[in-house]
Amino acid sequence: MKINDIKELEKISNEIRKNIVTQVYAAKSGHPGGSLSCADILTVLYFNQMNIDEKNPHSPLRDRFVLSKGHCSPALYAVLAERGYFEKEKLKEFRSVEGNLQGHPDMNKVPGVDMTTGSLGQGLSVANGMALTSKLNHDGFRAYCLLGDGEIEEGQVWEAAMTSYKYKLDNLCVIVDNNNLQIDGNIENVKGLDNIEGKFKAFGFNTIAIDGNNIEQIINAFETAKLTKGKPTAIIAKTIKGKDVSFMENEAGWHGKAPSEEEYNKAIEELEKAN
Amino acid sequence: MNETTQIPTRQSYGEALAKLGKENKNVVVLDADLSTATKTSIFAKENPERFFEMGISEQDMMSTAAGFAASGKIPYASTFAVFAAGRAYDQIRNSICYPNLNVKICATHAGITVGEDGATHQMLEDISMMRTLPNMTVIVTSDDTQTKWAVEAISKINGPVYLRLSRMATPVIYDETQKFEIGKAVQIGEGTDASIIATGDVVCEAIKAKQELEKQGINVRVIDMHTIKPIDRVIIVKCAKETKKIITIEDHSIIGGLGSAVCEVLSEEYPCKVTRMGINDQFGKSGKAEELLKYFELTSEDIIRKVKEN
Repeated sequence: MKINDIKELEKISNEIRKNIVTQVYAAKSGHPGGSLSCADILTVLYFNQMNIDEKNPHSPLRDRFVLSKGHCSPALYAVLAERGYFEKEKLKEFRSVEGNLQGHPDMNKVPGVDMTTGSLGQGLSVANGMALTSKLNHDGFRAYCLLGDGEIEEGQVWEAAMTSYKYKLDNLCVIVDNNNLQIDGNIENVKGLDNIEGKFKAFGFNTIAIDGNNIEQIINAFETAKLTKGKPTAIIAKTIKGKDVSFMENEAGWHGKAPSEEEYNKAIEELEKAN
Repeated sequence: MNETTQIPTRQSYGEALAKLGKENKNVVVLDADLSTATKTSIFAKENPERFFEMGISEQDMMSTAAGFAASGKIPYASTFAVFAAGRAYDQIRNSICYPNLNVKICATHAGITVGEDGATHQMLEDISMMRTLPNMTVIVTSDDTQTKWAVEAISKINGPVYLRLSRMATPVIYDETQKFEIGKAVQIGEGTDASIIATGDVVCEAIKAKQELEKQGINVRVIDMHTIKPIDRVIIVKCAKETKKIITIEDHSIIGGLGSAVCEVLSEEYPCKVTRMGINDQFGKSGKAEELLKYFELTSEDIIRKVKEN
């Protein structure tokens, strides 16, 4: 199932946004802001880019995806359900004691989740291990890793970046969800995080800066990454935290907060209109 | 026990790993700039395409190993114990043990027998930290034969393993006919005056103590508890029932290690007094390994004294 039509992909990402908000509302907890910012990236990965089969989630030759910013699990669960890895009905069980959809993704509980994540900063190393396996076996599969921009304050990300470079992992693609906000505020104020593209370039990556909420730009960036040989690619995706829900957009307060009933209804109403 | 042939378990590890690498092409090895010390360099020389030099990046190494395991490889990741269990604890917890990935963490230079490098490099808390993690198997080997067995045996179980190894050369205790099993301790002798439950590089001290005590008419048994988790509950209870005294000894803190594990079993199944020998809630120090064993009272003479006390 590969969808090339931009409008259709936009429709899917809109559906994913609704399911993000619904999950967080149902669970009365979770992380809507960063899930909404990366919805378009995940839509392109799961409906346009990755070589995957929802009926065979453990195929050794499938492309891998590591959601290093594991708190944005609502986006991953929504896209996996949309793709058919499990019933959409299950999304209601997000964060519940009866269900399998943990607050942060668990690869042993949810079909389609390639790696358990939650503690920030570890996903790129894991994706490197996957990309190295692909190279060693001549399997030809690709590994994708989505990092939060705040997440790259973790030192391990840069240890991993050196590894990606050293082993010339051109089958690895990093995407930084650059929504500019973390829990305590603006990334620039919290840690002086500036020039993310320059940092990855200095670590030897092929870098591509895009509007990470623009489906066409996302596709083009992934296509360029595939054609890049001899080094890994980092896509710096400028996004809007809380994208398409007016009162959540660019508000750090919506990093990890559930909407009230009134807010939920308003969010869904806005998302219906945005479609 | 052959005291004339002294081999550090890290050396046995490197040799066994190189052999395993030839037999099992799924094995990959990672190291963090210590391969000549951890002896993974032996594997690297023979299987260069499956050796991954990660540089001084232990956290990256552990998570990369998780990525290898998540895609079907059997990674052996090595560095000094202090950097493996300590520095990369969160990676081991969240990226290896929680997803139950098939990573073999082989940590060398554990305990005070690291010697001259001193406290920063003498890991005394790793058994404690590693055995508290769900899904983790913890093995501490005592000699060359046992280490070579363990390196292969852990490749056959699916799940995370922490294998604790030493820098210091120790006597060869077992000949090649000795059978080992994960989770089953080795009993040396039938003495009933005391049980000395030991692990790792001080098992040889326990055996020396046993031999000396025999000359004095005191008969003890030594239990080589090579698997700390899952621990051999049966043999611990059996020893408590059959012998007058239980002494544990380890090159590790007395908090959370072998001694604690033995106490946990006995407090539940056969409450009795346990004497724990180990590092008594303090950091190590510089010195020669043999000097430090004396300084921290972990020699055969110290064991003999404890057996005779009370």
